[in-house]
Amino acid sequence: MTAGLEKGLGCPAPRADLERVQLGHGSGGKMSAALLERCFLPHLANDTLSPLGDAAVFQAPAAELAFSTDTFVVHPLEFPGGDIGSLAVHGTVNDLAMMGATPRYLSVGFVLEEGLEIAVLERIVRSLARAARECGVPIATGDTKVVERGQCDGLYLNTAGIGAMQPGFAPRPALARAGDVIIVSGPLGRHGMAIMAAREGLQFEAEIQSDSAPLHQLVAALREAVGEAIHVMRDPTRGGVASALNEIAATAGVGMVLEERVVPIPGPVEAACEMLGLDPLYVANEGLLVALIAADAAGSALEVMRAHPVGAEAVAIGRVVDDHPGLVVLDTRIGGRRVVDMLPGDQLPRIC
Amino acid sequence: MRYLSEYRDPDVAEALIRRIRNRSSRPWVIMEVCGGQTHTIVKQGIDALLEDAVEMIHGPGCPVCVTPLEQIEKALALAAMPDVIFTSFGDMLRVPGSSCDLQAVRARGGQVRVVYSPLDAVDLARQNPDKEVVFFAVGFETTAPANAMAVWRAKQLGVGNFSVLVSHVTVPPAITAILDAPDNRVEAFLAAGHVCTIMGWTEYEPIAERYRVPIIVTGFEPVDILEGIHLAVVQLEEGRHEVENQYARSVRREGTVPARDLVARVFQLVDRSWRGVGMIPRSGLGLREEFADFDAEVRFQVGNITVDEPKECRAGEVLRGQLKPVDCPAFGTRCTPENPLGAPMVSTEGACAAYYHYRRYQSAQLAGKTS
Repeated sequence: MTAGLEKGLGCPAPRADLERVQLGHGSGGKMSAALLERCFLPHLANDTLSPLGDAAVFQAPAAELAFSTDTFVVHPLEFPGGDIGSLAVHGTVNDLAMMGATPRYLSVGFVLEEGLEIAVLERIVRSLARAARECGVPIATGDTKVVERGQCDGLYLNTAGIGAMQPGFAPRPALARAGDVIIVSGPLGRHGMAIMAAREGLQFEAEIQSDSAPLHQLVAALREAVGEAIHVMRDPTRGGVASALNEIAATAGVGMVLEERVVPIPGPVEAACEMLGLDPLYVANEGLLVALIAADAAGSALEVMRAHPVGAEAVAIGRVVDDHPGLVVLDTRIGGRRVVDMLPGDQLPRIC
Repeated sequence: MRYLSEYRDPDVAEALIRRIRNRSSRPWVIMEVCGGQTHTIVKQGIDALLEDAVEMIHGPGCPVCVTPLEQIEKALALAAMPDVIFTSFGDMLRVPGSSCDLQAVRARGGQVRVVYSPLDAVDLARQNPDKEVVFFAVGFETTAPANAMAVWRAKQLGVGNFSVLVSHVTVPPAITAILDAPDNRVEAFLAAGHVCTIMGWTEYEPIAERYRVPIIVTGFEPVDILEGIHLAVVQLEEGRHEVENQYARSVRREGTVPARDLVARVFQLVDRSWRGVGMIPRSGLGLREEFADFDAEVRFQVGNITVDEPKECRAGEVLRGQLKPVDCPAFGTRCTPENPLGAPMVSTEGACAAYYHYRRYQSAQLAGKTS
C-alpha cells in the first residue's frame, strides 16, 4: 500500500531512518523491523533472543523458580549515575535477588512515545544491554509499542525476570527475630535525590549520583559466607529504608531500634533533603541492600559486604527487638527517641 | 556539613540539656512559634529530654495549618477551572477542604503543579500564554518576599495570565493574640528564626516590654533550640524580659532590608482569619491596590466563598497551645495523616502530625504500663 501511495499520489513512503520515533515504528511492518535492526538487535542479541520467535525457549534453570516484574516510568530518562535502561535491569535483578534467587533471564517491553529521539532510544537500549551483560543475565524476549505523542513521557519500560532458587535458602520478612542486626550496604537516598535534583535543576556542592546497581552478586557472596543467618533481605526502593523496615516489622511482629548517629547519609543528599524538607530515610534507593542478619553472623556479613564493590560502605544501623512489635524507632543524635513511621503518601516538599 | 552538623552535635546538646535542667527552678512554659521548630523538638525528643525543667507548647507557626478553610476552598475551586494551572508549594496539596484536597482535584483532571519557587509559576505563565496560572501565596513573612517578587516581576514583564491567591499571615499579631487570651499560660517565646531573618526583631521589642515576656529569636537545629530554651530559662529565672537573638548567624536586628522593602511595596496589612484561631486584626498581608490586577480572588470571582470549620477538629486549641494533640479525642482514631480532620494533621510541620509520626512509641509504652 505504501508503494501504491508513492506511485499514485507522489507522497513519499514513510522513511524508516528518521531521527524520531513515529507511530509507524510500532506498526509491525517494515519500519518496526528497521527499528529493531538498527536500535535493538545490535545491542541485545544473544542465543535465546536471536531466533526472534514469539516466545523465548529455554531449559528450566532450577526446580524452583522466582518470577518478578517491574515497570519503569522515571523522568528524566537519563540522570546522573544511570538511565531508565540500566535501572530497569537492576530493578528486576534486585527483586529476584532479594528472594534469594539467582537471576537467569529477563524480558523487556518498551512503550515509546511518538517523537522520541532515536538517538536517545539507542543510548538507553545500549545502556540496558550493557547492564544486562554486566549482570550476566540475558534479555530473552522483548516487545516494542509506540503510542501517540502525549500518551506517555518519552519512554516507559517493563522488565520481567526469572531466577533460580537455591535449595534451602529463602530469606523472607517473617524470619526476622529479636537480636538480628540491621545492615545497610551503603549510603541512603542517592537515587531519589539524584532524580529530584535532575528534575528540579538543583545544584549542590557535589553532584548526587544515583546508586542504581545490581545486588545479586553481593547477595551471592553473602549467601556463601553466612547462608541461613541471612533472615531478611530487601532493596528499599520507593518509600526508602523506613518503609522497608516498617513492612518487615509489621510482617514479623517485631520491633526495631535504629541508631541515627550511624545511619549513613551522604552530605549532598542531606543538604538536598534539608532544602526540600524531605527525610532521607524515606528517599528511594536502587542499589542498596538492607539485610537482617543473625547477631552471631553479623560481623562476618559486614566483612564480606565491605569486600564487595557495591557494599564497600556497609554498616550496621540498628537491631531487631522484642519490644513495641510493629514499630520502628530511632535513637536520635541528641539522645531522644522517636517513631520512624510509614508515610501516608508521597513526601511533599514543605513551604519554608 | 558546615552550619548544620555542628548544630546537631550530641555532646553540645547534652551539655545544654544539663545546663537547662540545672538552671530551671520550676517547669517554665515556653512556646516555640514556628512549625519547623515543633518538628525538630518532637522529632528529636527535646521536650521529653527536658521534662520537669520546661513545658514546651507548640505555637501557631505552621503556614499550612493556619490557612483558613475558605482559602483552601477557593484554591480547590480555582484548580478545578479548565483553563487554570494552579501552582502551589508541595505541602498544601493534601490539606483537606470541606470535601476533598488539591490532589483529588488533580486526579479528576485539574491542572495542579508543585513549584519550589513562586518565580517558577511566573515562568510557567509565560510558557503557557493560553492558560491562566494561579499561585497559592501562603506562609508567614518568610515566604512573603519571594511571593512579592513574583507579583512584582509579573507586573514588570506584563504577564497578564499570572495571579496569586493570597493567604499570608504575620507572626507578631499572633503572639499578641495568644498573650491577650485570658487563659494564656505561655511565659516565654522562641520566635521563628527565618521570619526574623526577613523582618528582624524590632516588632518584638514592644511586645516583650508590654507583656513582660522573654522572646528569643531561635533557629531550627537541635542545638539552636536548646540554646534558645536556655536563654529563655535564664531570663525567666532572673526576672528579665528582653528580646535576645540566638540565631545570630542568620538574623540581624533590622532584618533583610531589601526584602522587607519589597514586601511593603507589594503587600499591605489586612485583617486575616487564622484557621482554628479566628480573625486577628491586621495579622495578614494582602495585595496593595496597584497590584489588584494580580489578585486571583478578584479575577476569578471566588472571593465570596465561605465555609464553616469542621466542629470535631480542635485545631484551634492546639494552635493556641491549650490542647496537646494526643489529648484530642479524635487524635489517631478519627483523625490520622491518611484522613485528616484538620490541617495540623497534614503538614509535616503541624503539631498533630508530628505527634502522630514520632510519638506513638510513647503512647504504646504508656498503654503497656497501664494495662
